[in-house]
Amino acid sequence: MKQLLAILVDGSVYASWLFIISAGLTLIYGVMRILNMSHGSFYALGAYSGAAMVGWYFSTGSVPWFSFVALIAAALVAGISVGLLVERGLLRFMYGRDEVVMILVTYGVLLIMEDAIKLIWGVEPYFAYQPYTLLGRTKFAGLSFANYDFMLIGVSILIGLALWYGLNRTRNGKLLRVVIHDREIASALGINVARIFTITFLIGAGIGSLAGALTAPGLSVVPGMGIEVIVLAFAVVVIGGLGSITGALVGALIVGMARAAAVHLYPDVELFVIYAVMGLVLAFRPQGLFAVANARKI
Amino acid sequence: MKRPLLTAATVACAMTTGAMSLNVYANEEYKLGLVTFLSGAASGPFGIPAKNAADLVIDAINDGTLPAPIEGKGIDGRMITPVYVDEAGGATKQTSEFRNLVERDGVDAVVGYISSGDCLAIPAVAEELKMLTVLFDCGTPRVFEEADYEYVFRTHSTASMDNIGAARYVHENVPDLESVAGINQNYSWGHDSWRDFTETLKVLRGGDLEITTEQFPKLFAGQYGAEISALQVNSADVIHTSFWGGDTDAFVLQAAARGLLADNQVIFTAGETALNSLGDHLPDGAIIGARGPFGPFAPESELNTWFQTEFTERFGTPPTFPAYHMAHALIGLKLAQDKAGVGASTEEVITAFEGLEFDGPGGRVEMSRGKGHQAATEMVYGRLKRVDGEITFTDITRYPADCVNPPEGAETVEWIKAGMPGAECN
Repeated sequence: MKQLLAILVDGSVYASWLFIISAGLTLIYGVMRILNMSHGSFYALGAYSGAAMVGWYFSTGSVPWFSFVALIAAALVAGISVGLLVERGLLRFMYGRDEVVMILVTYGVLLIMEDAIKLIWGVEPYFAYQPYTLLGRTKFAGLSFANYDFMLIGVSILIGLALWYGLNRTRNGKLLRVVIHDREIASALGINVARIFTITFLIGAGIGSLAGALTAPGLSVVPGMGIEVIVLAFAVVVIGGLGSITGALVGALIVGMARAAAVHLYPDVELFVIYAVMGLVLAFRPQGLFAVANARKI
Repeated sequence: MKRPLLTAATVACAMTTGAMSLNVYANEEYKLGLVTFLSGAASGPFGIPAKNAADLVIDAINDGTLPAPIEGKGIDGRMITPVYVDEAGGATKQTSEFRNLVERDGVDAVVGYISSGDCLAIPAVAEELKMLTVLFDCGTPRVFEEADYEYVFRTHSTASMDNIGAARYVHENVPDLESVAGINQNYSWGHDSWRDFTETLKVLRGGDLEITTEQFPKLFAGQYGAEISALQVNSADVIHTSFWGGDTDAFVLQAAARGLLADNQVIFTAGETALNSLGDHLPDGAIIGARGPFGPFAPESELNTWFQTEFTERFGTPPTFPAYHMAHALIGLKLAQDKAGVGASTEEVITAFEGLEFDGPGGRVEMSRGKGHQAATEMVYGRLKRVDGEITFTDITRYPADCVNPPEGAETVEWIKAGMPGAECN
């Protein structure tokens, strides 16, 4: 019973973390058909800017609780600003190119951003642990959990709801879905596709950056951290189906629960289980669980 | 009359030529390849402290300002010019970079390598290119257990020492020890560390040891929530971890926030790098190792005082064990080269290096294993204790080199399983 409870909680926390990382990645692919390799760098950017801001904030002796605002605001400002620079300065000139070309372009962005991060923040680890310990912990059934991790679950639910509402219940969301279905027809109908692309990229970059900021309090922020998570994020969105928010949610839950179960029951297969799940899903649904197979236009 | 004149002229000519060649030699540079992580996750906690130590020690060697017992300017009179290479990129890339250092840059020696994978790949190339190479930080015992090398040296002990020492320490210092749990990285370092720790404990306890859980998360996983729960569910008397760098930091932060470190006895075999940044999160009683007598465990000496003071002043943080490892490698190389004499061939330097004994900032280094190419040092563990808010250590135990290092020619696992014959612990 204790073990089952641990698997459920650990799985949920890990799934929430994965969903926040993956949501921006899958949104950008869904709308823009860009498999954004630089998403990991936006994650790292959020972590660095958030950690630097929290470090500065606490050095001023200000009220600890507002450090959450500092953490999130710094990440969003950095993510959206750099996202705007990347989209307006580079990607817009590449729209319409083959998806493989876009992978290479965004991979180039990833390398540039990784080096830029090192130029700005150096290679020494950054810490922003105060928010992680500020919320305390909860004990039940002989187990102890950090309340910060429960907050992470709440944030992922909020992000999921916001994306669902934005896509399904707002005018802009409906316009965006038109672009997802057919960008040429959308353009012919007078929808400003370029503007939709810009907004989508900024939202995706912002969520990626936010994911990094929310992760930063639980670890040391070091160079290369973005590259580590991008592989996991790809596994999640491939399982759920590229471009599907629901797919990212379900993919994150499957991976989170599978990993937590493996850690508790068969630790030896912890690393293998994520990719085993991905292989299994792709064997039966090559397009992922929630992506709709489209006929190719000729 | 003609003959003495001719002899005098010949002697004068020879002396002038000799003096000129010595002068020319003194003006030559000693090009030294230095390979350490300058990017990637291992750069912050390992690569950069090691590079900082290299900068500090090389400057001191060139200026001749290293404290006693190290004497003389430069390496056999030549000024060291470092050629830095980033270790990131994996073993295949590093073998190419090594060739570049030798064939393109024309270095006189190479000091480097933190990753065990690189340390296993480089020696064969060093032998092929006949390049004097000093491995400065990697822990795998396989380098000299699986092969003999002429051109390769390592100036610190292997990871076996860390974990044999850890097992001895918990056996002696944790009362009523019955069970252990482990969380180690899922690659050779983590698996070997856990194996050496548990096998040694089994020997010390006559085979009686309960293992409640063995966790092997991916290297640089960063998220250890499920593993921490598993350690809580499968409670043990001691939790062993050989985590290093950012993984140590993340584990300490997450485990401390969930009370795991306060409620359990944890031993960090490489935890010293986290002391400066996250010492506040480690509870009193946590057992800390520094992969040798380094950092807070370094023996008092003029050289260590100089190293700690200068390093802290120049870089704003005290030196951790990767910095000590680099200092030892450079000092060992200088002493071997100086011992071989001015103008010595690489082979003569190798002869001088084999079996060398010297004192570095981290104490005595004996090149007594691997046919004189592998060092053995003492190992130290202690329990963290705060005094007036400052981190200090209590219950410090120093294990002599011959207590925690397999003897010359022995293979680690076989030696442990045989009951560690010949181990001298007093």
